[in-house]
Amino acid sequence: MNDEVATFVGPAIEWFSVSPIVVLLGGALLLLLVGSLTPQWRRGGYGLASAVIALTSTVLLVLLWRDISSSGPKLLIGGALALDHFAVLASIAICSAVVLVSLVTSDYLASENADSPEIYALYLTAAIGGIVMAASNDLVVLFLGLETLSLSLYLLAASNRKRTESQEAGLKYFILGGFASAFFLYGVALTYGTTGSTRLVDINLALNSYITVPRNDTLLLVGVGLMLIGFAFKVSLVPFQAWTPDVYQGSPTPVTAFMASVGKVAALVALVRVFVTAFPARADDWGPVVRVLSALTLIVGSVVAIIQVDVKRMLAYSSISHAGFILVGLEVSSHRSSPNVGDGLIAIGVYVALYAALVVGTFSVVTVVAQNTNDGATSLDAFKGLGKRKPLLALGMTVLLLAQAGVPLTSGFVAKFGIIQAAVAVGSYGLAVIAMVCAVIAAFVYLRIMVSMWSSEAMTTEPFKVSFFSAISIAIAVVVTLVIGVLPSLLLDLTSNLPQLASK
Amino acid sequence: MIAALLVPTATWYLVLSAILFGIGTFGVLVRRNPLVMFMCIELMLNAVNLSFVTLARKLNDINGQTIVFFVMVVAAAEVVVGLGIIVAIMRNRSSVTADDLTELNG
Repeated sequence: MNDEVATFVGPAIEWFSVSPIVVLLGGALLLLLVGSLTPQWRRGGYGLASAVIALTSTVLLVLLWRDISSSGPKLLIGGALALDHFAVLASIAICSAVVLVSLVTSDYLASENADSPEIYALYLTAAIGGIVMAASNDLVVLFLGLETLSLSLYLLAASNRKRTESQEAGLKYFILGGFASAFFLYGVALTYGTTGSTRLVDINLALNSYITVPRNDTLLLVGVGLMLIGFAFKVSLVPFQAWTPDVYQGSPTPVTAFMASVGKVAALVALVRVFVTAFPARADDWGPVVRVLSALTLIVGSVVAIIQVDVKRMLAYSSISHAGFILVGLEVSSHRSSPNVGDGLIAIGVYVALYAALVVGTFSVVTVVAQNTNDGATSLDAFKGLGKRKPLLALGMTVLLLAQAGVPLTSGFVAKFGIIQAAVAVGSYGLAVIAMVCAVIAAFVYLRIMVSMWSSEAMTTEPFKVSFFSAISIAIAVVVTLVIGVLPSLLLDLTSNLPQLASK
Repeated sequence: MIAALLVPTATWYLVLSAILFGIGTFGVLVRRNPLVMFMCIELMLNAVNLSFVTLARKLNDINGQTIVFFVMVVAAAEVVVGLGIIVAIMRNRSSVTADDLTELNG
């Protein structure tokens, strides 16, 4: 026994492969330390620092992508993290979202006279959690990533000390998030009890070898179900979506952009990885559940959005319906016998990457518009006459909304088309039809905002100010939306390896 | 005979943890005070810890017991964040119950 202890060697750590996380962590700590020891920085200083840190991380991720292209996916740190194209694509989406959101936040906080390094440090730690979730190959590591992300998000949601709505949103998010985490963890415990491991790859091996060993199916299925409930809360699938509109509306708008992009991308990618890597042997059990959840999420997300009057709530429901779309991709992955089963993962990867840029851009415009109202309100009235006051901004918003609706020549079309095509390829016709109908219903919501922007008279004649960083951030999101929409092959050519998840 | 039946087995502990988890869930759903709801969440996490330890013992595997430490750290971090938010709300209002938090219509 003593010999064993003496010869214990820790797992090898591939430092270059985890460098994006290290950069984010080091950057967050440095920003907090230096920021608290120095007097207030010049306007935009903190946001720019945070954007540079996240950009460095993005560059490292792109290098990693090339590495994987040449040497194939692998597991890191004794199998705790997976390094494959699926994880890296999601991580790139997360880090790019941090760059854009940091820029918008710096303008937002400057206008509120509350610029400080803490918010940006929380963005960076949340991004660490998101990357760990997207890449985790172990349910416990996934839980830690989930909590790193969630705890940062609770604080971000409550970060506006002057507005009581913000604190209310933070508390609601916190209670429901903690509730969901407990469910997820109980699911992990039961899965561990039946399979003897928390590593996704080992769980799959254990389940496949059960042909000879007596099964303990009830416990396993309850475990998988509890995990799914935990995830469903986090990515706001119907019927676990009740918190989303409240939290999205109450949080400061740049934080909402962050939640809707980073939080959702990380949780959805982790959900997909868990089910595709660990439980393919039980695809017949979770497939139908996912089918029902995605149909409900699509329908409720797009129908309830119509009756909202606040733009942030509309977009919250629209983000729910986007989650439904991505879940259709997971349903595709449950058709193990179909030769086109890999299409689901490709479609999901493309969707989350494009969705992140899209949602950050949209919420950035909402931030700018809210800054120019007296009370920071985000009702539909605030958008009235935007086309006359700031035609360029209104044009950008129109492009982003059209993309959210899935109109051709925008990235949203590429994303939605990919999902529906994958669903048709494996024979999920019912779900494909529901997805298409819901896309049309959801388009009505975006049209309402557009009509309000272009064909109504403005409520005030006060000058409308768009700050420099916000303008850059919105412009980048619009350019990505249009370029990928017109030349989808730029992105699609890269994605052929997405279904190869790391397994050893 | 009866003495033999009363020797606790792993199943007993698993059932106990399921009951504790159920109490926690019930508490979050019916109680209106955020502090109590929060305590119920902690109860749920600790019920899971009991499951992990029991299952680790049953599987004769050290990993399950290690996980408990991670969960405890996470629970502690949650306390810090949660109490911070609750205190921030208390400063602005005299009392906090979930029924008062209705500015966002949900």
